[in-house]
Amino acid sequence: MNLHEFQSKVLFREYGIPVPEGRVAATPTQALHAAEALGGEFWVVKAQVHAGGRGKAGGVKLARSLDEVEELAAGMLGQRLVTHQSGPEGLPIDQVYVESGSDIERELYLSLLVDRGSERVAIVASAAGGMDIEEVARTSPDRILTVTLNPAAGLLDHQSRRIGFALGFDAAGSVSLGRVLTNLVRLVHECDASLVEINPLIVTTAGRIVALDAKINVEDNALFRQQQLAAMRDPAQEDERERRAREHDLSYVSLDGNIACLVNGAGLAMATMDLIKLHGGEPANFLDVGGGATAENVEEAFNIILTNERVRTLLVNIFGGIVRCDLIAEGVIAAVRNTGVKLPVIVRLEGTNAKEGMELLANSGFDIVVASGLTDAAAKAIEAAERAE
Amino acid sequence: MSILVDADTKVVCQGLTGRQGSFHTARCLAYGTRVVAGVTPGRGGETELGLPVYDTVAEAKRETGATVSMVYVPAPFAADAILEAADAGIGIVVCITEGVPVLDMVRVKAVLGDYDCRLIGPNCPGIITPGACKIGIMPGAIHEPGSIGIVSRSGTLTYEAVHQTTGRGLGQTTCVGIGGDPVRGMNFVDCLELFEADPETRGIIMVGEIGGTDEEAAAEYIAESVSKPVVAYIAGVTAPPGKRMGHAGAIVAGGTGTAEAKYAALEAAGVATVRSLADLGEAMAGALAGSG
Repeated sequence: MNLHEFQSKVLFREYGIPVPEGRVAATPTQALHAAEALGGEFWVVKAQVHAGGRGKAGGVKLARSLDEVEELAAGMLGQRLVTHQSGPEGLPIDQVYVESGSDIERELYLSLLVDRGSERVAIVASAAGGMDIEEVARTSPDRILTVTLNPAAGLLDHQSRRIGFALGFDAAGSVSLGRVLTNLVRLVHECDASLVEINPLIVTTAGRIVALDAKINVEDNALFRQQQLAAMRDPAQEDERERRAREHDLSYVSLDGNIACLVNGAGLAMATMDLIKLHGGEPANFLDVGGGATAENVEEAFNIILTNERVRTLLVNIFGGIVRCDLIAEGVIAAVRNTGVKLPVIVRLEGTNAKEGMELLANSGFDIVVASGLTDAAAKAIEAAERAE
Repeated sequence: MSILVDADTKVVCQGLTGRQGSFHTARCLAYGTRVVAGVTPGRGGETELGLPVYDTVAEAKRETGATVSMVYVPAPFAADAILEAADAGIGIVVCITEGVPVLDMVRVKAVLGDYDCRLIGPNCPGIITPGACKIGIMPGAIHEPGSIGIVSRSGTLTYEAVHQTTGRGLGQTTCVGIGGDPVRGMNFVDCLELFEADPETRGIIMVGEIGGTDEEAAAEYIAESVSKPVVAYIAGVTAPPGKRMGHAGAIVAGGTGTAEAKYAALEAAGVATVRSLADLGEAMAGALAGSG
């Protein structure tokens, strides 16, 4: 789960990580008042959306007067921001963050994340701040330093010093940076953050270390013990169908094609999308109804899928393990009846009670096409989608 | 022969008295698995499914001689359950539980190094040696004793591979679901090493998916150390970058972990790859025929 920048900075303040003064605003007038209250001579108006690349997309702008703050806020609020990470439809700007301007001497990059390779928390640092770090990693990997933390020892002083010197600090500066790093590590553990990214971390002309940006991702699996953070969720930043699916313990991801998939198991759901693509079709979504699929969540899955107007056909692919295929078949028939779906529905059942399930479907009186295997299912779905276009 | 578990393996179930634990343990018992005890703190002295329940794994091990633990403990307590089993001297811990926080797993992996203990999972279907021992939630009936070793990050994809090898009369020696989480116990390389050493295993199917670089590590290992034919399938060619595809570990991040990169590494290592899930069984049969 992503936090907004302004939410992340509240956490940073709590953890003693220096950030500029700032206030969140939902109207241009609030933005104006925020800037007035902050004082100073220049401000930064920042669109609050869950996507990186805001600067290049026009979502971060400098204002040199209070009028300009109000104008910039008016220009952003209510719009959608399209960045290279947001998808083509962009994300709604419901709030802006108005922040005191900083006098920047240097821009650095800093992130903490769970590194899969080492199976440890890693600190990634680079003197190439303010840039796309993935691009830096590609073009000049030697400018990136990665330090992994042994859970038994935590962050060690020598590791802090190593990062400090690599980022161009002197001994005293490294000690200051070390305090920031220690606090960040504490935040990662106490907040179950799977990613904390500061790009840029700046050194001001006065020599202060300040987090100019803040991005925190709280791990979904840990939300049960992060109630306060879970309450910060902003549903407006999430795909409506993905949100609804999650509320019903389904896992859904939107794609651009016209063949909707309904599958049990995440791996099989991906494999089903791949199979459609391999045979020349385009999947409309990833949808995992879970290992314990029930008639109820099959029907809810139908409801979610059918809100996508691009969908021309539905492919149900179930490998019945513990789940019995005849029960799934009953769920599919009920879903077809209750949703009144007019699109062709292709079903492939395999595993426990598959034969009984297929008989139920064939005798249901509804236009449900029973496929004889994976390849047949993909072919039938693609054919049906092409006919419907 | 098989790897890790066989007909003599004695199993203790942590979380036996829970809904999941009791439901699936009943099916393991019906399959013939020698589940000998359960552990639920505070429920020691009770019986469940006719099995004695103990307060601690140490006690269960001492009283029954169990060497493997099957964990259904809910996610908030799963990490502690794994380490309790390791500390009690259990040699193999199979953690079925889904949704274990990744930072818990970081700690588990660091501590597990102190013990002579293998972890399978979490967020996995478990391990099965067909006809001998089923530890987990997989449907026993689709399996058939035979000659193929299967290792997979996905539950239902394991079942597909099993179904296809059973359908072709190849059967399986042992199937290991290593789980869909980013930080987990045994990996492809660990299982490949065991399958390579197992005389009954004639061929190996590995099913990977997007995220991480474990398939690349497996490719390197296969090139150097595996003489048996390996067939591989990777799920997620069509997955959009930056999106978690159901499994916590299934995400293409920062340009790494793509299915294409994994396919390329495996193909460079001489692995027979298939682009359609439906082709796994046929490719395995073909690879076996080719290797004589």
